[in-house]
Order: sequence, then C-alpha cells, then structure tokens
Amino acid sequence: MSPSAAWATALRVFAQLRRDPRTIALLMIVPVALVTLLKYMFIDSPGVFERIGVPLLGLFPFIAMFLITSITMLRERTTGTLERLMAMPVAKIDLLLGYGIAFATVAAIQATLVSLVAFGLLDLHTSGPRWLVVFLAVTNAVLGMALGLLLSAFARTEFQAVQFMPAFVFPQILLCGLIVPRDQMAQLLEIAGAFLPLTYAYDALQRVGHDVIDARLALDVAIVLAVTLVALALGAATLRRQTP
Amino acid sequence: MSTELAVVSERLQVVRGGRKALDDLSATILAGTVTGLLGPSGSGKSTLMRAIVGVQVIRSGSLRVFGLQAGSPALRPRIGYMTQAPSVYGDLTVAENLRYFARVLRASAKRVDEVIDAVGLEAERDRVVDRLSGGQRARVSLAAALVGEPELLVLDEPTVGLDPVLRRDLWAMFTELAGQGTTLLVSSHVMDEARHCDELLLLHEGRLLATGSPDELRRRTGADDLDDGFLRLVEGARR
Repeated sequence: MSPSAAWATALRVFAQLRRDPRTIALLMIVPVALVTLLKYMFIDSPGVFERIGVPLLGLFPFIAMFLITSITMLRERTTGTLERLMAMPVAKIDLLLGYGIAFATVAAIQATLVSLVAFGLLDLHTSGPRWLVVFLAVTNAVLGMALGLLLSAFARTEFQAVQFMPAFVFPQILLCGLIVPRDQMAQLLEIAGAFLPLTYAYDALQRVGHDVIDARLALDVAIVLAVTLVALALGAATLRRQTP
Repeated sequence: MSTELAVVSERLQVVRGGRKALDDLSATILAGTVTGLLGPSGSGKSTLMRAIVGVQVIRSGSLRVFGLQAGSPALRPRIGYMTQAPSVYGDLTVAENLRYFARVLRASAKRVDEVIDAVGLEAERDRVVDRLSGGQRARVSLAAALVGEPELLVLDEPTVGLDPVLRRDLWAMFTELAGQGTTLLVSSHVMDEARHCDELLLLHEGRLLATGSPDELRRRTGADDLDDGFLRLVEGARR
C-alpha cells in the first residue's frame, strides 16, 4: 500500500471531474432541485416532506456515486487504462482508496449543499443533529461507490451499466421503507428488505430524523460499513491483474 | 550488445476466446536490443506482449523475464508497456496524464517534461488528449510507457498512423535507448519497419515462424525485401 499512489489517483479523478463541469453542475443542482420539488409537491401536507426529507438527503449521494463509479470504472476497464495500471507497480487497494477519497469528497460537498438548502431555505426539520445526516450521506455515498465498482465488472457497455441503476438501486429504494414502512409490507418483501443494504442506510437516517440516537442506529451504520467493505473486497477481486 | 537474456519463453501456450493464441512458442529476447515482433494481425503479437508484461493468463509452458516468472510483482517497476489502443485518460491533458503515471511510478516531475520532449509533444502538453489526432494520442501512450525509465519496454504497434518523419524519429529513439541498455520489444505488422531492429521474431497463427537478424532472414529466404521473405516463410510453413 502506498498513500502517494492513492493520493495521485484521487487528484487524477478530481482533475477528470474538473474537465466535466456539466457533470459537477448536475451532481450539485439536481438533488437541490428535487428536494425543492418535493417541498412544493407536499406543501399542503407538510408531514410527508418532514418524513421523507431527511432520508432523501442521505440517499441522493448513494444513487449519484453508484452511477458515477460504475461508469468511471467501466471506462477504466474498456479504454485499457486499467490494464496499463495493472501492469504497473500499483496496489489495487491504492486505486480503490484514491477513488474513495475523490468520490467521498464529492459526496460530502453534495450532501452539505443539499442539506444547507433543505434545512436553511426549505424549513426542513430534523430533531437529530444535522451533521449526522451529512455524515450518513457520506457513508451511503461510499456504499454506492463500492456497489458501483463491483457491478461495473458485469457491464460491458455504458448502456448496460446505466441499466444496473433500475435493476439494483430501485428495488432497494422501494423496499427500504421510504415509500411504505417495512412493517406494513407483505412478509416476504419485509424479509427481502432485510437483505438489502439500503434498508439499513434508510433506517439510520430516519432514526437521526427523529433524534433516536441508539444502539440500533450504531448497528445500522456498522451494517452499511460492513457491506461496503465486502463489496469493495469483491470489487477489488474483479480488478484482475491477469485476464484470459 | 550483451548476451544476457531479457525474456525466455519455453513451449508457451495461451488460449484466448477458445482458440490457441500462442501455440508451443519458444523464443528468447536479448537484453539491450531492439527486437521486432512481426506478423499479420491475429498472429498473436499482442498476446505475447501481454504475457510478457504479466497481464495475460498463460495455459502452459514457461515465460521468464529477467529470470523471474512473468507477472511477478517484482517485475512491474522494471517493465514499460504501451497497449495497441492508446490507453490514456482522454479527458485529461497530455501533462496531467503523464504526471499521474509519474506519481504512481514515483518518477520525478522533471521526467514528465523529458518524455513529452522525447515523443515530440511539447506544443500539445496542455491540450486535452481527446482533442488530439490519433497519432498524437498514440505518442501520449508511448510517453506513459517511457515515464518510469523501465529496463524492458514492450510497445504494441507504436508507430501505427504516424507520418514518416515521426516514425524515423521514434525508431532512432528506440535504437538510442537500446544503446543505453534498455531492452525493447516492438511489434508491427509493417515488414518495412523490421530493418530498424537488431533481431526479429516472426509470428504466424500463434507459432514462431522464424527468428534472426533482418539480414539473416533475407539471406535465408533469398528475398530482397522482408515482405517477400515473410510470404515465402508462410508458404513454406503451409506445405
């Protein structure tokens, strides 16, 4: 492991993002616009905005980083830069760490911005600490990154990678409890939700929203981090030094 | 020219996509030489190069580079590899690309300027790679292979799509590097380029058809130019 290679990779990813101001604008503006839209959609029933507002703040970075990472890694695989790097004296962990640093930073900025707008301008209330919402948003972003990295190994084209979003992210959003509380779901779906990492990410966020800072919250965060590590390890295994 | 062997392959067999990409290939590459790897497309040139740099799964046989098994981690800092398609970041500038690879390889910032000069891209250093011509992109990729000052340079068709002046300059650079002790393995499907090489490996359908210096091969085949010589060898192999 070499911190300098990880840092170099992070700087390189930042430089690539800087060349693409439209993506940065979309990353920052879209969540803000969507939260604003939600606020005015439910202007006559403010309870709904209160209930789903905080969890959504923490889930946007998950979705964004899932997409960005799967496309970026796919490009790295298809343009041959990954093969070049695999022939160089660079550890896989350093590449992953570099990506992690870069994307977690972007996620932190995104989560901070959308939180500032939601709490500051849109009167979203949370009983729990706001910094904890941003912190959970960043852990969810890293989870999204790890899953995106893993799934990019199974996509051959960018079209396929984009389709992983409805295939792997939408079911998690539907079953995590955001739309219907999990205890009101058919038992089979409730059980299915228990196997999906986003369920725990959502549970943690809605606990913070209600200022329920308890052991269950800590367990939620631990599960999200554990799934992230497993996905990263499996993702690292898909970065093959030698290919057939 | 030393007699030390940089690469030794014994009965190397590689299967790609269900067919034998390399079949029973035994060959050696002398250190400090420019060795040309020639053959038509699909003859296994890229596969052999991938095997030497250690990114290719080998079915059987042995392949040793500087006495170590190909793919050993200890070899990675000693080998520079240029893939056939330019493998650099299209959304970064020439200098940003090379700075990244230099950092990963722990090369100095000065080295970035040196390799940009070496491939003649001084005027393009701050241009985004995607906006460069195909030949310029190939040279960025070549520069990235040079940046770590490797002992073995494996270059997959580095001169494709370049104008004659640039081709001449690059071959002069390859010869100069070999003079300083670097071992170069350069592939081409243009037989004409063979005359710049010290040694040649002619591949055909995954098998080694012939080896030797350009002069030796000309003499052996009785052909004036290597294109004809190659054709005669292929016909001979078919019979």
